[in-house]
Amino acid sequence: MTGPLHIGFIPLVDAAALIVAVDKGLTAAEGLDVTVVREVSWSNVRDKLNIGLFEAAHLLAPVAIASSLGIGHVKVPIVAPFNLGINGNAITVSPSLHAAIMAEIDGDRLDPKATARALARVVAARRKLGAEPLTFAMTFPFSTHNYQLRLWMAAGGVDPDEDVRLVVLPPPYMVESLENGHVDGFCVGAPWNSIAVDHGVGHILHFVADILVHAAEKVLAIRQGWAEKNPEVVARLLRALSRAAEFIEEPGNRAEVARMLARPERIGVDAEVIQRTLDGRLKISPDGTIREHGRYLLVGRERAGRPDPVQAAWLYAQMVRWAQTRASEEALKAAMAVFRPDLYDAALGISASPASRPVGAFDGPEFDASDIKAYLASFKIFRRPV
Amino acid sequence: MTAEQPPPKAEQAPKIVIVDESPIRAAILEEGLREAGYSSVVRISEMQSLLARIYALDPDIIVIDLENPSRDILEQMFQVSRAVRRPIAMFVDQSDAASIQASVDAGVSAYIVDGLKKERMKSILDLCVSRFNAFAKLQDELDRTKMALEERKVIDRAKGILMKLKGLTEEEAYVLLRSTAMREKKKIGEIAQSILTASELLK
Repeated sequence: MTGPLHIGFIPLVDAAALIVAVDKGLTAAEGLDVTVVREVSWSNVRDKLNIGLFEAAHLLAPVAIASSLGIGHVKVPIVAPFNLGINGNAITVSPSLHAAIMAEIDGDRLDPKATARALARVVAARRKLGAEPLTFAMTFPFSTHNYQLRLWMAAGGVDPDEDVRLVVLPPPYMVESLENGHVDGFCVGAPWNSIAVDHGVGHILHFVADILVHAAEKVLAIRQGWAEKNPEVVARLLRALSRAAEFIEEPGNRAEVARMLARPERIGVDAEVIQRTLDGRLKISPDGTIREHGRYLLVGRERAGRPDPVQAAWLYAQMVRWAQTRASEEALKAAMAVFRPDLYDAALGISASPASRPVGAFDGPEFDASDIKAYLASFKIFRRPV
Repeated sequence: MTAEQPPPKAEQAPKIVIVDESPIRAAILEEGLREAGYSSVVRISEMQSLLARIYALDPDIIVIDLENPSRDILEQMFQVSRAVRRPIAMFVDQSDAASIQASVDAGVSAYIVDGLKKERMKSILDLCVSRFNAFAKLQDELDRTKMALEERKVIDRAKGILMKLKGLTEEEAYVLLRSTAMREKKKIGEIAQSILTASELLK
């Protein structure tokens, strides 16, 4: 039998499959003794995974890649055999920035190109007045939030490194920082966008699904060496997660799932707020406006759990675009090898390998993992390596 | 504080910044560092604009508790695009697994800026670990004292109820509580609490 497993997580709705797998007894049914450990920072999750205090973790997909490549930190090879969430983030701005963008908008307010162009005009007007640059917060240097914010604003002509300030802020501090004016907007996962709206201090400007059709967000991360030594444990864990993901997506189970996640030792916010995210039906404005989106957060639908190396390639391309690393064919291959559909397929007995889903970015050419140089060359705004 | 002085060379007097929302623990740590001869210590307990404050102080070492979500803010310092001295995280050098384990257990992490000798860093980190552990022990004792006081109150109230309902003296009430606890293999405090709960329900 297997020894006890410790799996770290950050209290966010996209840890749902992990939490439900354990709290609903699905891991126990697979003969696993799993304890989930709530953490306060991605740095802690990464370090505890690296030094072996955690066997696995709920992790930002780009951190799994950066760790495997040794970018910005110690090199520890990680495998990601399961996507815990696809999409699920949103961009929220303060009421005053929202008003400024809406005053400048020249198209559909749900079109990220139109809002980004409007942002560029707001930025230019502020510069003319000699005002401080706008500040946007994201959760971690190697985060989808960082890349999504950059992709969005750069499409409108705003250079994220020159025209605005982009800062890391832990999610629990975001709402307060928006309220007291330390930041003008942020990109973060659930439940924090909804909490900002409920407090009347933020408007959700975009769901990430407006910006990218299919974006790997959090993965189950396992140290490669440990995964190789314990293939049977990994397979059982993936089966439990897969069942949990299916359970979560069944609309009749949502209320139960939301209650399970809401408990103080898990996510610790109102079940109703969590359910909005699961249902993809969110209050986007303090005036009560509701917006629905079928792809807000995917946990078990559209084989969301199956990792796709093309997604890893896209994330690696963002690291290159924003000069977190230099382009290298070898590193690209290593990044793609972090995402392990083979482990997923083996655990779930899947024989046919499905085609990749397009990333579907709203800006730039269709992403081609076999030619990221050409892909990156198409962008006017990027950061030169130092 | 030494904020007005020019930054000293790392090997002479490394400037240490302590990032901790617990002022007591930060004070204990600062005292320990000063006793050990590290005179240049600055405490930050306010997380607002943390990075800007750190850049302004330009420390050689940053010590942060692991329960602080602001650790992620410090990760920004690793970005190559910043034109500042780049720190190295404690966890980068994995040759010393034992001291990493000890610091994680104690709940402290450190970031070291280039130019500091490894042995020097190790002695500082060991000091941080022992001070963090000392603080945890103090906290633990405080919690236990608080709990003992709480339990005392609960037992006194339960005794009062027993005295009133069963016409017992204070000593008889206590004996009854104790013998019941022994028979049911529970703590006196637990028995006393169930008496309070029952009396609330039966009001």
